[in-house]
Amino acid sequence: MDQNPKLTSLQTFGLVLMRLLIGWHFLYEGVIKLYSPSWTAKGYLLSATYMQSFFQWLASESMISVVDTLNIAALLLVGIALIVGFKTKWASIIGIGLLLLYYLAHPPFPGYPQGPSEGSYWLVNKNLIESAALFVVFLFPTDYAFGIGRLYSRKKLEPSTT
Amino acid sequence: MKTDKNLFKGLSRREWIKVLGGIPILGAVWTAGFRFTEKAKSERNLLLETLNIKASAPPVSGPMSGEPLRVGLIGFGIRGEQLMRSLGFATTEWLEQMAKSSAENPNDKRLEDFKAQENLNVKLAGICDIFDVRAEKALDSFNQNGNVCKRYRTHSEMINSGEIDAIIIATPDHWHGPMAIEAIEAGLHVYIEKPMTHTIQETYELREVCNKNPKAVLAVGHQHRQTQSFLTAQDAIAKMTLGHVSLVTTTTNRNDDNGAWQYDIHPDASPNTIDWNAFLGTAPQIPFNAEHFFRWRKWWAYGSGLSGDLLTHDYDRINCVLKMGIPKYITASGGIYTHRDGRNVPDVMQINMDFPDFSTGTSQAPGKEKGMTLVYSATLGNQFERGTLLMGHDATMELGNMLTIHADPRSTKYAELIKENRIDPMVPIYQYDPSANGVDAVTSATAKYFANKGLLWTYRDGKRVDSTFLHIREWLSCIRNGGQPSCGIQEGFEEAITAHMGGLSYKLGRRIEWDAENERIIALPGEDLDAILLDNEVDYQMMKA
Repeated sequence: MDQNPKLTSLQTFGLVLMRLLIGWHFLYEGVIKLYSPSWTAKGYLLSATYMQSFFQWLASESMISVVDTLNIAALLLVGIALIVGFKTKWASIIGIGLLLLYYLAHPPFPGYPQGPSEGSYWLVNKNLIESAALFVVFLFPTDYAFGIGRLYSRKKLEPSTT
Repeated sequence: MKTDKNLFKGLSRREWIKVLGGIPILGAVWTAGFRFTEKAKSERNLLLETLNIKASAPPVSGPMSGEPLRVGLIGFGIRGEQLMRSLGFATTEWLEQMAKSSAENPNDKRLEDFKAQENLNVKLAGICDIFDVRAEKALDSFNQNGNVCKRYRTHSEMINSGEIDAIIIATPDHWHGPMAIEAIEAGLHVYIEKPMTHTIQETYELREVCNKNPKAVLAVGHQHRQTQSFLTAQDAIAKMTLGHVSLVTTTTNRNDDNGAWQYDIHPDASPNTIDWNAFLGTAPQIPFNAEHFFRWRKWWAYGSGLSGDLLTHDYDRINCVLKMGIPKYITASGGIYTHRDGRNVPDVMQINMDFPDFSTGTSQAPGKEKGMTLVYSATLGNQFERGTLLMGHDATMELGNMLTIHADPRSTKYAELIKENRIDPMVPIYQYDPSANGVDAVTSATAKYFANKGLLWTYRDGKRVDSTFLHIREWLSCIRNGGQPSCGIQEGFEEAITAHMGGLSYKLGRRIEWDAENERIIALPGEDLDAILLDNEVDYQMMKA
């Protein structure tokens, strides 16, 4: 049944686990924001320390509500897709895009002001690591092993196995 | 349909788990997130219901329709220029400078904001400045786009011209009272910069003139009255959120020459370009002195230093929330410590205002509800932001760009809620951010960090607005549509008397008392308080001793 016979089942399990944990993280952030009507990314965007004009444009009066809605929608979609295992390649790309935006607004570059954070970072922070992890999820899709995508891979594989 | 059937054909239970195993995880995460926000919301609603504070912005002033009002300006200095922009008139130089600045920095929205400002339907019909350079600058800029602006040599000429309906006074302090009195008597409306007056006597006279001419609208330039959060703060006080407020602290923190009134001296300033005698007025008659002309805030003869220039803003901000009026006692101290440049007003000043009978109510046993001290602490030698605090038995209100209330760990009112862990004294129980979508009972360190940086601030209906614009608009609306300005003669009277008591206490080195019944500052036999207030010696007390 394995689409990629080079991976052991433990390796596949590891990839699925990573996909699920990232999906979990995205989904929870999305749900919290969805049910918190006063939440807005405005402060985060206005206080960007890098590419300020771009982020301040996103935070402008005409843009902010669209940006907030899109952000919540993207968080939910990426989270759902990664958890249920459907279109995870697309979800990974969107997720990487979101994380890089978060990263670039407040990058841990030396000499750049660091806002409140729970750790110490130099060039690399959790947003960057999570986006690298999503890149792995993108490169090694696991829908076929765990997720709705499995249905489709079964269908494709059927002619050769029967 | 055939393919669909094929899709699900022959799925074992194990297969089903592998296909749909993500769904329960999805459900669990979604439910957890939903429950968390619902719980936070219900806790928040419980708190908000308990507190029951109505978050509201000050009422919008009325329409600007009708015949254009003919406004005249006296004093086209730094503040005069700012006021004119709020009125809708910017100098050509400023417009050019801003265009250049916004071309270099797209984040500089000053020009954009100015252009987006509502038209107040006024003519800037007259200007009076005794420095030719400034008057000509005004004439060059304001005789455009259908506006005709005339220069008047003296304020009396302008007031009695019959061509002006309302005047804005942005002169040195010692001219505020005399000009306002003359204008009100002539039936003109007056917008006057703070402090309202320079002497105690003028304060009474101006109030009397205003009472005799109720049709003339007088507004004092405390634009802080337009701050979004002040009605909300008033409501929080009325709902007894803070309990008995025993101490209020306000501050001025500046650390630069400009903030210490060390303004530029214009190279063209000379007795030929400045009407020196007009500047002096009733001040001590001294020979022409360009520094005195441009940096008048540094001398008691024309200005009033920290007590008149900056205390007045902070006092009025608190008076507008608490309406506590004139303090019974004032004790001041300070000195000239940082800017030893020949000035005679202090650059460090602490003013303690006592209100022994004032009460914001109490949650405790009767007898513990009276008495409050308002501390104004100022330095022109450090600019660390110290904020404004209203400290009550039950809670502390931080009055800044945002309004934040923290419960006090020893509060009587919130004792139960604190015990049940429903209130954490470290987390605000109420927060009002005029730029956010709503009020919040809990906040994160991040939100606070952003707000303290002043990023989420001064928006009204989603637009960034200048509070001076709103304040002038309110004055114009009262002229056109009736009503009382938020900072009128009574508020101005309280502000001016308080400032003068502060100056007197500093100069005399003793506690100054207000006799509320007779509306008099108590003087010792033979003391001429106004003479002391105006006295130009650096250290009045030492000189007398």
